[in-house]
Amino acid sequence: MSDDPVVLSAPLIIEYPFSRTTGPVIGAFLTGLREKVLLGIKGSDGTVIVPPTEYDSFTGDDLTELVEVGPGGEVLTWAWVREPMAKHPLSHPFAWALVKPDGADVGFLQVVDAGSPEAMATGMRVRPRWAAEREGSIHDLACWEPDV
Amino acid sequence: MIDVAVIAFAQMPNVRAETVRNEVEMLMPVIADVRAKAGLTQADIGFTCSGSTDYLSGQAFSFVSTLDGVAPWPPIQESHVEMDGAWALYEAWVKLQLGDVETALVYCYSKSAPGPLHEVLSRQLDPYHVAPLWPDAISLAALQARMLVEAGKATEADFAEVASRSRRNALTNPNAQLAWDTAVADLLAEPCLVDPLRRSDCPPITDGACAVILASGDRARALRQRPAWIRGIDHRIEPMALGLRDLTVSHSTRTAAERAGVGNAPVDVAELHAPFAPQELILRESLGLADHANVNPSGGPLAANPVMVAGLTRIGEVAQRIMDGTATRGVAHATSGPCLQQNLVAVLEGED
Repeated sequence: MSDDPVVLSAPLIIEYPFSRTTGPVIGAFLTGLREKVLLGIKGSDGTVIVPPTEYDSFTGDDLTELVEVGPGGEVLTWAWVREPMAKHPLSHPFAWALVKPDGADVGFLQVVDAGSPEAMATGMRVRPRWAAEREGSIHDLACWEPDV
Repeated sequence: MIDVAVIAFAQMPNVRAETVRNEVEMLMPVIADVRAKAGLTQADIGFTCSGSTDYLSGQAFSFVSTLDGVAPWPPIQESHVEMDGAWALYEAWVKLQLGDVETALVYCYSKSAPGPLHEVLSRQLDPYHVAPLWPDAISLAALQARMLVEAGKATEADFAEVASRSRRNALTNPNAQLAWDTAVADLLAEPCLVDPLRRSDCPPITDGACAVILASGDRARALRQRPAWIRGIDHRIEPMALGLRDLTVSHSTRTAAERAGVGNAPVDVAELHAPFAPQELILRESLGLADHANVNPSGGPLAANPVMVAGLTRIGEVAQRIMDGTATRGVAHATSGPCLQQNLVAVLEGED
C-alpha cells in the first residue's frame, strides 16, 4: 500500500443507450423520404393521414393501407418566427406551418422557407425542398418553399 | 362514490428564477404551510402524491430526493406522476375512493430557470416526425391562434383583452409573478413575437411550487368548517399529431366538463390553465363559460406559469375561494401537452 491518497474517478455520460426500430409504418414513411416520396395511410374512415400512423387515433384500428401523396401541398395555418432559436431547423426567419400534401386529408408540422411573412398565406401552395444527402429521417425533407 | 374535499392549499410566491434554494428547500415551507392550515402532521396523512418532471432537473427519479421535503419517516404511502400536480391530485382522489385512507397530501414543483425551457418542452412531442425539428411552445400556440382568427372565432384584440385582464387581476394576487395594468390598445401596438402572438399573449417562465391536502367524508368536515368538495373530476386526451385535431376547439375539455358536471348549476368562479391568451377563449367556449365574468381572478397562467404546478394551482385557487366563503361553486381546469392536447376539469362546491 502506498501512502499516497488514491482518488478514484470515472466518466459520467448522460445518454439513452438504446435504439428503436421504426416498424412497418413509420419506417416506410422515413424510407420514402430518403427516396423523395411522401407516404400517407388510409384511416378507418378513408381519411388519408400524413405522416402515416400505425393505428387510427379515433377507432384504435390497425392501419395498413399506405398511399403516396404530394409532392405539392397546401398551408393550413402558419406562424412566423422572427428570431429563430438555436435548435430551430433554419437560422434565418421562417414559418412553421401545418402542410397538407396533395391527396392527404390532414396537415403535419413543417417548416416553410418563405423569406418574409408577406410571402405567407393560409391556403398557399408549397413544394418540398429535399436535403442533398438523405438517410431516412424527417430531416430528409429539409423544408418547403412557396410554389409560385 | 366517497365525497372528497380540498381542505387546505398553499403555494410558494412565483418567481422568474429561484437561484438560491433547491427543490427540497423550495418545498419545505409550502408543505409546512399546507399541513398547518389542515391541522395535520405527516403521520396523519394516509397518502402522498407529487407531480414534477425529470426533464427539467436533468436527473432520473429526481422526485425521490425531493421527498426529503416531506420528511418521509416512518415510511409513507407515496406515489408520483410525471405530470402537472393536478393529475397527482386525480390519483390521490382515486386512492381516497378506495376508502382505506381518509387524507392525502398532493404537491408539485419545478425550476425551469436552469435549462432552456422551450427545448425541454419540445421533448414531449412525437419523437420521429416533430421533436427532431425542435418546435417551441410559442410557435405551436401561434399556429393555433392563427386558425382561431381565420375561422372567425376571435381577433388579436380578443387575445389582448385576455392578456390585459389577466395581468390586471394579478395586481391583487401577492403570489403572482407578472402583474401590470396596460390597456388593450397599448398591447396591440406592440410587435408580434411569433406572428400572430405578441409577447403579452404568452406566459412568463416561472419557478414555483404548491400543495393541497384532501380529506374524505366526515374527516374533511371535522378538519375544515367549509371544505371545497370535489363534485366532479375528469380528464381526457386528444391525438398526438396536431394535424388530426381541430385546434380551434377543445373536444377533450368539453367531454371532461360534461362528465364533471360543469353545466349542472351556475358557476361563481373559474380558474383556467390557458398558458397562451387565445387558449382561454377556446376553453371558455368548451366549458360553456364564453361570457363568464369571473375567469382567472388570480391572473391565471399568464401571471405565473410554473411547469407541472400551474394546473394544481388552478384547483387550489378555486378551493381557497370556496373555503373562504367568497364562492360557492367553481370550475378548475388543468392542461398538458401542445395546444391544449390533454385537459382535466374539476367542479368544486361549498356546502352551507
